[in-house]
Amino acid sequence: MIRGTVVIERDICKGCELCIAACPQESLGLSSSININGYRFAELIQDNCTGCVNCALVCPDVAITVYRQPKSAIKKAV
Amino acid sequence: MQEEVLTNGYELVYKKPSTLTSKPFHYCPGCGHSVVHRLLMEVVEEKGIQESTIGVAPVGCSVFAYDYMDIDMQEAAHGRASAVATGVKRIHPDKYVFSYQGDGDLAAIGTAETIHTVNRGENILVVFINNAIYGMTGGQMAPTTLLKQVTSTTPYGRTHEQMGYPLRITELLAQLPGAYYVSRHAVHTVNAVRKLKKAIEKSFDYQKLNRGTCFIEVVSNCPSGWKMTPLESNKWLEENMFPSYPLGDIKVPKDK
Ligand SMILES: Cc1ncc(C[n+]2csc(CCOP(=O)(O)OP(=O)(O)O)c2C)c(N)n1
Ligand code: SF4
Ligand code: SF4
Ligand code: SF4
Ligand SMILES: [Mg+2]
Repeated sequence: MIRGTVVIERDICKGCELCIAACPQESLGLSSSININGYRFAELIQDNCTGCVNCALVCPDVAITVYRQPKSAIKKAV
Repeated sequence: MQEEVLTNGYELVYKKPSTLTSKPFHYCPGCGHSVVHRLLMEVVEEKGIQESTIGVAPVGCSVFAYDYMDIDMQEAAHGRASAVATGVKRIHPDKYVFSYQGDGDLAAIGTAETIHTVNRGENILVVFINNAIYGMTGGQMAPTTLLKQVTSTTPYGRTHEQMGYPLRITELLAQLPGAYYVSRHAVHTVNAVRKLKKAIEKSFDYQKLNRGTCFIEVVSNCPSGWKMTPLESNKWLEENMFPSYPLGDIKVPKDK
């Protein structure tokens, strides 16, 4: 399994949950605390992100940056 | 924040396009407007045309589009964005020119400008955000509001006897010979987002051919005006908007 991760800009996030619904891995959830604007924000709740970019493509606030394991690392793991 | 490589060696695969400014969007949570802004700017970034693209912003929730898109932009009076874009394109025929307009802007107060722009076959891209409501002013009925849809000015739902039928202006415009490419999209799913981006790419390519107007409708949401959560609004959009406003190409170039 390809591994990836996301960096979510917490104070830009408006807690709309669209990324959560779009994530095939159910990696994302809403925080219990609130950000600077009073919104609960999206965060990683499981360490199973594949870096598929789905969440970033639907995020209306462009709050998500996506990273993925380099291809060379995947070959090594196989 | 946006390092190219993380300390664990993971590589960057998606980041905000450099053609969007650092200003946070003022839109309500879950609003489709900013997804369309982003896709336009991703295409501008990838094509390397930031210096040669000019946008025209409307009146409506996206009135501040020029604060977010880091390109040359002009604000237009309500409904007149395609007329202003006409002028811009005629003075700068070598630039990529687009207007960005809501349904109240494009299909109510600006109907005449819209029809004549497309009828003249102006070589611009018109981006039409149809959320079936006047979002900015408090959720009043728009020409595109669905039958039975409740808005602040149709508290018992729209009836055709009193308010006429939902205006499918995109189908209407597609009949004009000046329309070169007409397509309807959405931004509620990953697939829809990918397809819209391709349509925007094509429209910029077509603009170079000088063969007529490209018109892209985006069936979008207005969680605040519809009084729903963003997730509910996307479900409502699929169930209620798509039957009246089906997605897909309506007119594709025949002469390519
Ligand atoms: C000449 C004029 N008439 C009316 C208005 C009030 N007004 C502002 S935005 C708007 C409608 C916006 O609806 P739409 O174009 O659908 O954009 P949305 O906010 O839904 O994205 C109206 C009627 C105005 N600003 N100028
Ligand atoms: S990149 Fe894909 S797997 Fe990772 S959080 Fe986003 S949607 Fe989920
Ligand atoms: S889609 Fe974007 S704004 Fe919405 S909850 Fe996810 S990160 Fe936040
Ligand atoms: S009022 Fe509607 S269209 Fe306007 S920003 Fe809010 S959700 Fe978007
Ligand atoms: Mg509208």
